[in-house]
Amino acid sequence: MKRHSSLLIGIAVAAAVMLAGCSSPATTSGSGGSTGATIEIGSVYEPQNLDNTAGGGQGVTEALSGNVYEGLFKLTDDGKVENLLAKDYKVSPDGLTYSFTLQSGVKFHSGKTLTSADVKYSIEKVTSAKSQSARKSSFVAISKIATPDDKTVVITLSSRSISFVYNLSYVSIVNDTAKNLLTSEDGTGPYKLGAWKRGSSLSLQRFDGYWGTPAKNKQVVFNYFSDATALNNALLTKAVDVVTSEQSPDALSQFDNNSAYTVNNGKSTTKLLLAFNDKVAPFDKVLVRKAITSAIDNKKLLSSIWGKYGTLIGSMVPPTDPWYEDLTKVNPYDVTLAKKELADAGLPGGFTFTLDTPNYDPHPAAAEFIKSELAKIGVTVNINVITADEWYTKVYKARDFTATLQEHVNDRDVVWYGNPDFYWGYNNPQVTEWVTQAEQSTTTDEQTALLKKVNTQIAQDAASDWLYLYPQIVVASSKLSGYPLNGLNSQFYAYDIVKK
Amino acid sequence: MTTYLLRRLAFLVVTLLLASAVLFFLLRLLPGDPANALVSVGATPEQIAAARHHVGADQPLVTQFVTWLGQLATLDLGTSYISGLPVGPEIASRLVVTIPLTLIAFLLAVIIAVPVGFIAAYRSRKWYGLAISAVSQLGIAVPVFWIGVLLISAFALSLPLLPAGGFPPDDWADPVGAIRSLTLPVLTVAIVMSASLTRYVRSSVLDVIGSDYLRTSRALGASFASAMWRHGLRNAAVPVISILGIELATTFLGAVVVESVFALPGLGSMLLKAIAQHDYPNIQGILFVSTFAVLVIGFLADFVQRVVDPRLRDSISGNRVGGRRA
Repeated sequence: MKRHSSLLIGIAVAAAVMLAGCSSPATTSGSGGSTGATIEIGSVYEPQNLDNTAGGGQGVTEALSGNVYEGLFKLTDDGKVENLLAKDYKVSPDGLTYSFTLQSGVKFHSGKTLTSADVKYSIEKVTSAKSQSARKSSFVAISKIATPDDKTVVITLSSRSISFVYNLSYVSIVNDTAKNLLTSEDGTGPYKLGAWKRGSSLSLQRFDGYWGTPAKNKQVVFNYFSDATALNNALLTKAVDVVTSEQSPDALSQFDNNSAYTVNNGKSTTKLLLAFNDKVAPFDKVLVRKAITSAIDNKKLLSSIWGKYGTLIGSMVPPTDPWYEDLTKVNPYDVTLAKKELADAGLPGGFTFTLDTPNYDPHPAAAEFIKSELAKIGVTVNINVITADEWYTKVYKARDFTATLQEHVNDRDVVWYGNPDFYWGYNNPQVTEWVTQAEQSTTTDEQTALLKKVNTQIAQDAASDWLYLYPQIVVASSKLSGYPLNGLNSQFYAYDIVKK
Repeated sequence: MTTYLLRRLAFLVVTLLLASAVLFFLLRLLPGDPANALVSVGATPEQIAAARHHVGADQPLVTQFVTWLGQLATLDLGTSYISGLPVGPEIASRLVVTIPLTLIAFLLAVIIAVPVGFIAAYRSRKWYGLAISAVSQLGIAVPVFWIGVLLISAFALSLPLLPAGGFPPDDWADPVGAIRSLTLPVLTVAIVMSASLTRYVRSSVLDVIGSDYLRTSRALGASFASAMWRHGLRNAAVPVISILGIELATTFLGAVVVESVFALPGLGSMLLKAIAQHDYPNIQGILFVSTFAVLVIGFLADFVQRVVDPRLRDSISGNRVGGRRA
């Protein structure tokens, strides 16, 4: 049983970055088919409530972002940032003042016209003290939001932030007079909320007053499952047309060689980390961390969990981030080298440590694998299985751990290695400086160059062991087209989906 | 009878109170801090403290318990830490799945088990009597999820007759869809439940068949059918009824497995999720409602038994709690 919907999985950390994207054709092209169709979507990420700033979680992003709610900007499926509710914007030469002009004729589902006051309200909803938004820390630089007229929003920053516009793509614009956003909505997107049957499904209906291109289907139903087998059965019995993110590697074989289904191997940003506590012995020594990293055969681990899917990365940066480089050779799998590094670190006889392991897949299996790999270099691993809640309390907040396993879901999150107070305790002043400079860069090239240096440095320091990058597998009926393929920010734009 | 009812009512209230205390304090022994759910990742200690204060998690446990009891008295089950939504309405929306599932499965199991168990006892030496006995033994041994998986594989995947899981978004406003969705889960539960009930019915009827009074009745010229009808069935029913109460309660609580296999939005799946998320208000609410249901079922079983068996009516017994024979 998956626990991916847990709040902690995603140390949903907002990456401080900019907008230049990677390019590759995303979504399958949608053409033909009826515009009166209902698309049945299967997912394991049910929202807790419908408000992203009140702990709604990943499920809100998946079902509502881009579908029901829209931002000033939109993060496309291939990672580009495009104008959405912002028709245009200007940045002052010092990079501290952003002036946004809003699209005209945009109406909320309740009928009210979008104004700059709604935008101000929505951003403040994210940054407020009460907000539980994972993106909150991305906006610390905002010092003032002004609304000189209905169509203009002027935001003043206290320091340059090259990723400001990218970060704004995560802010849903909501009617400033809307009530009870936990169970209802008032957004500007191509769909309005139909019914939410908790524990079961959430339906969206095409909004006839939409300001942009109308959705290509009439209705979308997100069907929620807590059991991966039940989800796959639903796909096999055609109760759902598409699964947003396949979590059951074993089940893929029944769709792989079946012409009725398409298995799409998209791009994910979820990394599985063996995170050392870099502040405590023996992992305060770079050589020890390198030894451990070289002693684990990541390729074998990945194939035993995901078969032919997934990617090895060798660092925190996935190929979809602009500052990606293949760093898998920095700490190669080499048991002899690992033994030598361990001896050089003064621990020729090995040592024993406790690995805090979250109790949901794939962590327990990965822990067992690591244990058997490290036994080969004389290192003994005691596996301590904990719940997600304990992980957050013990590891993330109290830093009471030696090493842990965790998946990190966000894109552009290498910048966390620039924060010496983050849970893994990596503290390299040079890296911290590069990360700070990168955020204050004036060009994206400058930012990219700096973050590449960061990436290489953390790999050389073996700050953590980046075991592998998850695959993002969307399985769909072959009759379906126009669905998103990549798992960027967990969003799932449904408006281009067409059923033959 | 009035004294009896009053005693039972008092017993119900005391048990509920005790159960609430046990579940409230046991939950607090779980490691971790549920207040984590209230704030964003990377919240400052002040923000966490404020959030804890907002939901009252900073109060002493006893105070929290008393507050919760106070809410219960006004039929308010509190607000979920995770979703920020009230617990009561969600439980109610889940019960429209779990109660029909449990009750229909229960009725079906009784309809199957009573005649089948009777035949197994009446013809215990014949091959089919033995076969029933053997099959029901097998039914007890097989885990409920496995029956569910088999039924899905047969009637949803191989023969696409019924849905493999899920429940219509419109609930019972779509009665055909709701019934179709519940068919396989109901069958799954009924098969397992009828297997064990059959065995109880069989042994109860066997006892009666071997009894002196039945032999006497037949010696006085009654046919087997008439002796059974006038004397046997009522006697055989008494132990079965108390088992029925326990079976019904077990099924209600055990719905969690079936609901998971069939992706049903019932109480069980809500409980499973609440436990995984350490959502105290939700867990407490569900367990409280379940405890209440189990106690009411126990009471009903006891009451029906008294109606069936006049001997019990004479004793104002408070010692036959939970519908069990002392």
